[in-house]
Parts: sequence; structure tokens; C-alpha cells
Amino acid sequence: MFSPGELITALLLLSAIVVFAAGTLALLRLPDPLCRLHALTKIDNLGFGLLAAGLALIQPTWIDGLKLLAIWTLILCSSTTNGYLIAHHCVWESRR
Amino acid sequence: MMLWWVVDLTLCALMIALAAGSLFAATLRRRVIFFIAFGLLTAIVWARLQAPDLALAEAAIGAGLTGALLLAALPTAQPTEHKRDADRLIEWVSLLLAALLAVVLIAVLTTLLPVVDGDPSLAVTARLSDAGVSHPVTAVLLNFRAWDTLLELAVLLCATIGVLNLAPARKAPRHAGALADTLIRILLPLLILTAGYLLWNGAFAPGGAFQAGAVLAAATVVLHLGGGVRLPPFSLAQLRGLLALGLLLFLSVGLVQLAFGQALLQYPLAWAGSLILLIETGATLSIATMLSLVYLGGHPLRDWPVAGDSRDREI
Repeated sequence: MFSPGELITALLLLSAIVVFAAGTLALLRLPDPLCRLHALTKIDNLGFGLLAAGLALIQPTWIDGLKLLAIWTLILCSSTTNGYLIAHHCVWESRR
Repeated sequence: MMLWWVVDLTLCALMIALAAGSLFAATLRRRVIFFIAFGLLTAIVWARLQAPDLALAEAAIGAGLTGALLLAALPTAQPTEHKRDADRLIEWVSLLLAALLAVVLIAVLTTLLPVVDGDPSLAVTARLSDAGVSHPVTAVLLNFRAWDTLLELAVLLCATIGVLNLAPARKAPRHAGALADTLIRILLPLLILTAGYLLWNGAFAPGGAFQAGAVLAAATVVLHLGGGVRLPPFSLAQLRGLLALGLLLFLSVGLVQLAFGQALLQYPLAWAGSLILLIETGATLSIATMLSLVYLGGHPLRDWPVAGDSRDREI
């Protein structure tokens, strides 16, 4: 039988897969760069967040879980900035 | 076990698809982006093959720095529209050479190579206590085969000197914005910390001078792209010192052993660990400087090459 922790992990990982799949579909199908960027940053923020939270619960030591969450924080910062920079560039290019 | 087969086969298929993408995609920009993805996947494959040292180096240099370099080179390099006869000849010759190489590689892989699994090799493991470090890869690179690493540093230095004499360094883009500056302020200390960690870790775990140097160089690239935060000013003498530091430290440590009647680069047992750390620290700084200059594509000082102590910079 599974422990409650493992069940929560499975639930989080499955939701992460759903977010990744939906985000990838949106990345391929949405019409313009800004919409696709929206999908991409959602994958980074929410998808990776769910993945990190799920994996953090089943780490042998708590410090490893903390490291995963630290990586997620870094990804939040960098994906926010990357999204802003790419959008900025798109607007700049369309005005030329 | 079944699951790993699926993962491995997916990795193989993706490698081939990305390689095809980086060769045959419609525009040069797409090919470069496929190539960066290919580099990242190569890093994952090395990790899967239990070679974390190579994975780290590939992720930092292969995917990160080379990617930045290729993207930066894009606007000036346009693909030629029509193929000339010479191009076709080159294509056929490269195809022939690649086919030949593939045949030879398959012959070597199927006949000569003994399959070793588990520890890197018995010879290294047996002598590891003499190395001064407990990580076998660092033991080979900085002690048992230190001569190779010394020459590698010299080759890198020669390449950098070539790049320095090409042109002035690439100008920093100036439209990054406030958000990017904030990210750089967060990332920069983390990158420097990571480089120090990789350098220190090299003695007993995957890491070392090349990985640490590549991460430091990545910090320079981030600074350059951001355009807001800048490196402190440096002079030509300081730049030369940084470039030569790694090689000079390596050589002098090696030569001092000759004076004591030992072989070149044969460290005394008690000092081996500290000497390797010393050499790697110098090498890290030099490699970071070299890789940064290669990315910048030229000399970073405005009054090159007359300046002795003028504190002028463009990057």
C-alpha cells in the first residue's frame, strides 16, 4: 500500500504532466509569440513547481527537498525575466 | 529496467532528430537553436552514461557558451543562396570522410574495445591514494596525465590570443531593461558561488577548473547581455596576468619539481592535494577570462594594444 505522502506525490506529478502536456500543445498551436510565451512561462512556473513539490516530498532527506524548491525559486526568477525579455524584443521588432 | 529502455531509446531518437534539425532546418537561426537543444540533450546523455564530469562540461560549454557564441554570431553570418561547385565538392568529401569515420568507429567499437563496467579503470583506482585527490577524473586530469591538461591550457591560450587580435570586442546590447538588471543582481553572486563550489568540489566529486571557469565565463556573458551592471575596470597588464596565470602556475609548479630531482609535474605526495587546488584555482580564472574573450570576439580595451596602465574598457 502507498503512504499518504506517496499518494500526494503521485497526484502532484500527474498534475505536472497535465500542465506540461497542455503547455506544450499551446506552445505548438497558439497563434502569436506573446500567447506562446504565456504558455511557456506557465509550464516553467506551474508545471515545474508541481514537479518540484511532488519530488520534494519523496526525497530521503529534507535538505534535498529544500534544494528542489530552491531550484524552483531560481526558475521562477529566470523564466519571468526571460518571458519579459522575449516579449520586449517581439514588441521592439514589430515596431521597426 | 524496461522503463530505462524506453528513456534511452527516446534519448537516442531525440538526439538523431535534433542533429537532423540542426543540419537541415529552414533558417540558420533555427539550426542554431536546434544545436543548443542538441547540446543540452548531450549533457543529459552523458549524465545517463554516468559521466557527470562530462555532463557538467557539456552543459556549461557545449550548450551554454557555444550557444551564446553562435547566437551572437548570427546576424553577420547569412547562408549562401546558391550552392557553388566548390560547396558541392566539400559536401561530398565530408560525406565520404564521415562514412569512413563511421566504418572505422564501428570496427573499433566491435572488435578492440574491452568492455569495462563499474569503476573507471583498475589502474587509476589502484593508484588513487597517490593522487592527492579522491575523485578519479581530477586525479587523471591534474596528476597522472597533467601534461595533457597543461597543453590543453596552452592551446586555449593560443586560441584566445588569436581572438584578441581579430577585432574590438562585441558591443553590449543596451535595451535589456530593469527586470533583467534585477535578475543579473540575483544570478551573478549565485554563478560566482557555483564556480567556487565546482572548483572546490573537483577534489572529491565531479567538478574542477574547466567547469568552474565555464560558469564564471557565463557570468561575464550574463553581464554583457544585461548591459546595466558592468565589470570593474581592468588594465591590459591585469588582463594579460589573468590570461597567463593558469599556465604560469601550472608550469612553475611542474618545474619546481625538476629542481628537487623529481620528474616534471610529479608532485610530492604530502603536497599533491594543495598543489592541485592551487593549479586549478589559477586555471579557473584563466579559463574564465579566455572563454569570456572568445565570446566577446575580440579585445575588450579601447586603446588596444598600446595601453600599459590606462584604465579604460568597453565591455
